[in-house]
Amino acid sequence: MLPLAFTWSDFFQQVVFGLAIGAVYASLALAIVLIYRTTHVVNFAQGEMATFTTYIAWTLTANHGWSFWPAFFATIVIAFGLGAATERVIIRPFERGDPLTLILVTIALFVIFNGLIQWIWGPEQKVFLGAFTPKPFDIGGVAISRQDVGVIVVTLITVTVLWLFFRFTKLGLAMRAAAIAPVASRLMGVRVGWMYAAGWGFAASLGAVSGMMVAPVVSLSPSMLQSVLVYAFAAAVLGGIESPVGAVVGGLLLGLATTLLGAYVSFIGVDLELPVAFSVLILVLLFRPAGLLGRQVLRRV
Amino acid sequence: MPIWLRVAGYAALVAVIIALPHFVGSFTIAEFTYAAVFAMALFGLVILTGITGQISLGQGGFMAIGAYTTAILATNHGWPQLLTVPVGGLVAGIAGFLFGFPALRLAGVYLALATFALAVIIPSVATAFDHFTGGSSGILLELPTSPIGALSVDMWLYYVTWGTAAVLFVAALWFVHGKRGRALRAIMENELAATSSGVSLTHYKTLAFGVSAFYAGIAGSFYGILSFIVTPGLFPITLSILLLAGLVVGGARSFLGAIVGAIFVEFIQVYSGDVLGPVINTAQKLGLPIGDVDKTTPGVPSVVYGVILLLVLFLMPRGAAGLFSRIAGLTRRVV
Repeated sequence: MLPLAFTWSDFFQQVVFGLAIGAVYASLALAIVLIYRTTHVVNFAQGEMATFTTYIAWTLTANHGWSFWPAFFATIVIAFGLGAATERVIIRPFERGDPLTLILVTIALFVIFNGLIQWIWGPEQKVFLGAFTPKPFDIGGVAISRQDVGVIVVTLITVTVLWLFFRFTKLGLAMRAAAIAPVASRLMGVRVGWMYAAGWGFAASLGAVSGMMVAPVVSLSPSMLQSVLVYAFAAAVLGGIESPVGAVVGGLLLGLATTLLGAYVSFIGVDLELPVAFSVLILVLLFRPAGLLGRQVLRRV
Repeated sequence: MPIWLRVAGYAALVAVIIALPHFVGSFTIAEFTYAAVFAMALFGLVILTGITGQISLGQGGFMAIGAYTTAILATNHGWPQLLTVPVGGLVAGIAGFLFGFPALRLAGVYLALATFALAVIIPSVATAFDHFTGGSSGILLELPTSPIGALSVDMWLYYVTWGTAAVLFVAALWFVHGKRGRALRAIMENELAATSSGVSLTHYKTLAFGVSAFYAGIAGSFYGILSFIVTPGLFPITLSILLLAGLVVGGARSFLGAIVGAIFVEFIQVYSGDVLGPVINTAQKLGLPIGDVDKTTPGVPSVVYGVILLLVLFLMPRGAAGLFSRIAGLTRRVV
């Protein structure tokens, strides 16, 4: 990539694009954090599940003539069911397994969902029309992509709704209780198993949002979210893997940083954005193992 | 198990490996050659994950380092291919040893994430530095030739890889034997207890990472030679995932199990679609509304392989090695 002559309008475009892509990382990272908090599983299949549900949205819009927003909400509901069912049927039998086994179970899910996508919809790319026209806003002479702004707004709304849910509803409270103290919650009458399933459901819905937001940008393909998943892991770790706020902040920071570095440091370019994200991950793990916003875990001997 | 039985078992295994290529076609020989390569990578994973308890999703990344070392030395600098193999192992080993230092601070899930990222990143680094690595089109290697007239190229490669695997097998057994092996196992069981008993985590963990990556590097060098071309696409994240699955199928702590795991890794890629036929027939006989599924449809083998992996995890959590020891338990009762 040739180094660009620096202009402020270009800089603002890059910032908005960086925040938009960061919003996608953030929602996938948040999904990972949700599942980690509820069931202490790092779900390597999160990206593939999200891609799977994005294909469902594609089928609704492209094959059944739905318009985007009804398909968007229907997909979120379907994704919830899919996530919850996955937890009940596949994760449940391994609940007491060691971490290696659980990681492998989610990897098996990764392989299965990726296979199912190719089986049902074929391996070739599909055009996914988003809700936002590519026609830009004009703000003070700077052309800002409607698409990018839309992604940021949708993600912010989703995250806020989720936060309100966990903060102010009884189900949200029960889910938090089940995650923090499963035994005590069970004694208090919380159906802990179903709370876990709900956690997986919400995570799958969030993943679906990120998939539907990114698909118009990168075009829909079976491996669409595989590299996004690495960024999302990095974002989740950056924020401390148990912190939802951390995941969102981490995702936005990472999207902004990689975009700006890719655009203005010619040595990095597009090819090395992923290694940069990886280095961030390693550095954070080295110097702040609990992340920017995570809790330090004390070990007792 | 009595020692004579063990010796007889090993002798029979070696005899089968030596005799096999004389009874099967060249396609099957090639499949078993790849299995030998995967076995080398899996011996490394047994040391790192099975015995020291450090999960790694990055074994394919270290294989890529070995393969690129071989391709660059052989094609761009005219080295004889086989001579590049130990160098590939060493370069990957040094990389693994260095990775071991940041990995020292990681455990469990975090280590899985870091090594996963490593496996995703190495191919994209290879794409970026295209003046060394040929970018996404990669580096071509010369077709290997057999130096012994009586052996075909397939057989030559088969014996070279299995011979190397045998040497690495013995070396691995030696490596985890005695004091060092006890230290590694202590780290797996309880790091704090190991440290307070005087086991240096820095020393043993980085060593385990280095040795494991050395094994992966050797495997990667051969993988490149067998594929005739080294590209970033040869080392997708799914390769590392397959290797970890092979480790679990083999039983994680056993080098003999790793050979079973390696054969699983090779054959599941080729034949997972074939497993489907009987399943569909049975379903149709039971009257389940299941259409005809063509096993060559993209995605079908992946689904079958994922389901097999789940079943293995569920039904035999200790893998093939668990089966071996159950069988060994039976023989002890009988003999």
